[in-house]
Amino acid sequence: MMLADAPTPVRDIDAFLEQDQQKGLLRFTTAGSVDDGKSTLIGRLLFDSRGVYEDQVAAVRNSTLNRSTGPIDFSLLTDGLRAEREQGITIDVAYRYFATPKRKFIIADTPGHEQYTRNMATGASTAGLAIVLIDARNGALPQSRRHAFIATLLGIPRLIVAVNKMDLVEFRQDVFERIHEEFSGHLKRLGAGEAYFIPISALEGDNVIRRSPRTPWYEGQSLLDRLESVPLEDGHTEQPLRFPVQYVIRPGASFRGYAGQVVSGIIRPGDAIMALPSGRTSRVKSIVAWEGELPEAFAPMPATICLEDELDVSRGDMLVHPARAPHASRRVEASVVWMSDQPLLLDRPYLIKHTTQQLTATITTLRHRVDVDTLATEAADRLGLNEVGSVEIETTRPLFFDSYTSNRATGSFILIDPATNATVAAGMIQEPHRESGAGRAARDAVLDLEFQASRLTPAERFARAGHYPATVWLTARQDLAYLLERRLFQRGCLVHVIAEEVESRILPEIAGLLNAAGLVAVFSGSAMDAAERERARTRVGAARFFAFDPQDLATSDEQAAEQICAALESSGVLPRLGFIDAEGI
Amino acid sequence: MLYSIGKDSSVMLRLAQKAFHPGRIPFPLLHVDTSFKFREMIEFRDRTACEIGATLIVHRNERALEEGANPFRLGTQKCCGLLKTRSLLDALAEGGFDAAFGGARRDEEKSRAKERVYSFRDAAGQWDPKNQRPELWNLFNSRIDKGESIRVFPLSNWTELDVWHYIHLENIPVVPLYFAKLREMIVRGDSLISTEHDPLLLPGEEPQLVMCRMRSLGCTPCTGAVRSDADTVPKIIAELVGMRRSERENRIIDHDQEGSMELKKREGYF
Repeated sequence: MMLADAPTPVRDIDAFLEQDQQKGLLRFTTAGSVDDGKSTLIGRLLFDSRGVYEDQVAAVRNSTLNRSTGPIDFSLLTDGLRAEREQGITIDVAYRYFATPKRKFIIADTPGHEQYTRNMATGASTAGLAIVLIDARNGALPQSRRHAFIATLLGIPRLIVAVNKMDLVEFRQDVFERIHEEFSGHLKRLGAGEAYFIPISALEGDNVIRRSPRTPWYEGQSLLDRLESVPLEDGHTEQPLRFPVQYVIRPGASFRGYAGQVVSGIIRPGDAIMALPSGRTSRVKSIVAWEGELPEAFAPMPATICLEDELDVSRGDMLVHPARAPHASRRVEASVVWMSDQPLLLDRPYLIKHTTQQLTATITTLRHRVDVDTLATEAADRLGLNEVGSVEIETTRPLFFDSYTSNRATGSFILIDPATNATVAAGMIQEPHRESGAGRAARDAVLDLEFQASRLTPAERFARAGHYPATVWLTARQDLAYLLERRLFQRGCLVHVIAEEVESRILPEIAGLLNAAGLVAVFSGSAMDAAERERARTRVGAARFFAFDPQDLATSDEQAAEQICAALESSGVLPRLGFIDAEGI
Repeated sequence: MLYSIGKDSSVMLRLAQKAFHPGRIPFPLLHVDTSFKFREMIEFRDRTACEIGATLIVHRNERALEEGANPFRLGTQKCCGLLKTRSLLDALAEGGFDAAFGGARRDEEKSRAKERVYSFRDAAGQWDPKNQRPELWNLFNSRIDKGESIRVFPLSNWTELDVWHYIHLENIPVVPLYFAKLREMIVRGDSLISTEHDPLLLPGEEPQLVMCRMRSLGCTPCTGAVRSDADTVPKIIAELVGMRRSERENRIIDHDQEGSMELKKREGYF
């Protein structure tokens, strides 16, 4: 048995606290089949890193259920509940904590039997790494493959593949290499993240804390060294700002703050901010905290945001930077892990909980089921407990989301059965590029309507309208959009506004269509993201495309409308006002 | 918020103050008083509630106390059941509360390692460890029917060391019982038992002055002290880092039979 060194007495407590504060936190999951030694491995990590206490060890030593032949059954340190002590299996997700001088760790320990998929997904949802255990004697069983699949589905970026019980195969390199090769192929098919293979014996401690002399052919790190050195994914400060509002703080008439967590990005006082779903904009007046006002707040900090203007913002709304808005749609495509005995039913109401909002949702289509063992997709009309599928979901109001692969916080959701209040599914939203049949048909219809077949020339249209077509792209500012329409119409322009909730991905096509008809098209969706804006710019041509960010425009709608008209004039789209008057149009 | 006066409650209270700042905490604090708590705890409780301007509800199972409930006569299991679990369920029912925060941490005890952050309790206030809602990401399901309730454990993922570290960083006041000083104690084997509330002395036992502190706080007859000279937060942290015994070790109620915390939790204990 290899024990960690006794802790050195803490002499300089301030230095220790300083160091402790700098320590990163790695959350990882473990899962495995019933007898592959997962609990033993965790027990050993806890014991050797002093994550369990002497009295807990003593309780296990004294336990009537100590099943091991050795002095301590490490698995009894982690198997928490009576029922599972009696059955000898873990039945749920158990969380365990330990720290080394380099890092703090949280283990989500999940069982390896029929509830596996559901529990594994639960543990994986917040993990940065997964340890997949393989019994060296048996090679990769379906459950190891399933574990790797769920870990990948839930977006865990790194895997440690621990080939356990090497002591029972005489620490043979060829056994390890064969498993390595076979399982690598499986991971590649999955599109899994980085994987590190380590030959270990959890029972005897080889390559768990330190490199073992019994595997001289293995040149990689020990399991603990690997856990202490894998990169940590935190911050998400490069990503667009997402601030789902949890609570409105109003202690008196003079203060109104929006409390919540910055789930990605950075927010600073002075930033232009758009509130979703209203699309109204303002600027950050201050970021308020217990300690005083903050110069910035970044993921994953909680914060209270005060805005310069009184917008109608409540729980479930989201604050974002207008130029980097999320997708907005009442229809999303998602992978779901079904977690209930009651199977998935189409066209019945569920509640969807996404960020801080909860809406009614229906699953309109079950696209396919994924066989978690073979990864084959198959047509299905139902999804049962522990099954994984791909679905289309329609909500009563728009969701503001990113794909799960780009943002775990705004790309994830749970489904709740309103009849039983049970959590029935976990969902990962897909990037909305593949369109549903209906969506594609609608878009194709728009494309087909291109006025290429028209016998009228742009010159003829100009002669009739007195101006060139243009697309004005406003982020939010619906009131401004309607005022601008009115002003342009009063000047004799052919103009039309699209300011309601429209599927944002067809906006570029609509812009092309309206411009082809010679109109000035004014867009003001609440959440038109940067990608759609660039597509629209390409679609209508840069010379005809005028995008205004909120910070470019006066806050007064009247002044802003004049600014936009001036921009259209100076680019030659509109004739100068005096000229039109002189011609009497 | 279930306010037990201990270090975890103190941290949870500070988190709530921060979350709602500059507003006040929009819910009352509830203390389930068994009447066997340390005097210093009660003083600290009243002072804290007053200082932060929170509403404090104190609930006792008066009927059981009138009938003479105490751990010496009933045994610790029955006493806890009446004065803590029953009392808590009554207090929640009386207040019509459908959700309550608690300061429990998963690292305290094995069955708590499987506790949810949002822990569903049926209409009788009971926990069913085999039928818990899966909890993914930070998306918590708070849906309940009438009569049912949710216990919320915001410190689920904190360790004992995290708690002390935070107390140090944030300069959070805690009950002086956590700090070492000379106290009059009964020395019984490895246990140090407070003389407050006049526990029964075994033949030959004499109270002695011992340099000690409490590692966790409960009722005086059932909360042992540990020998220690850690009289500041940094010294406590230094002691913990070198410590190899768990913090609930001195809590007699956890050890009265195997799996005993799980039994209490099923019945509605925190």
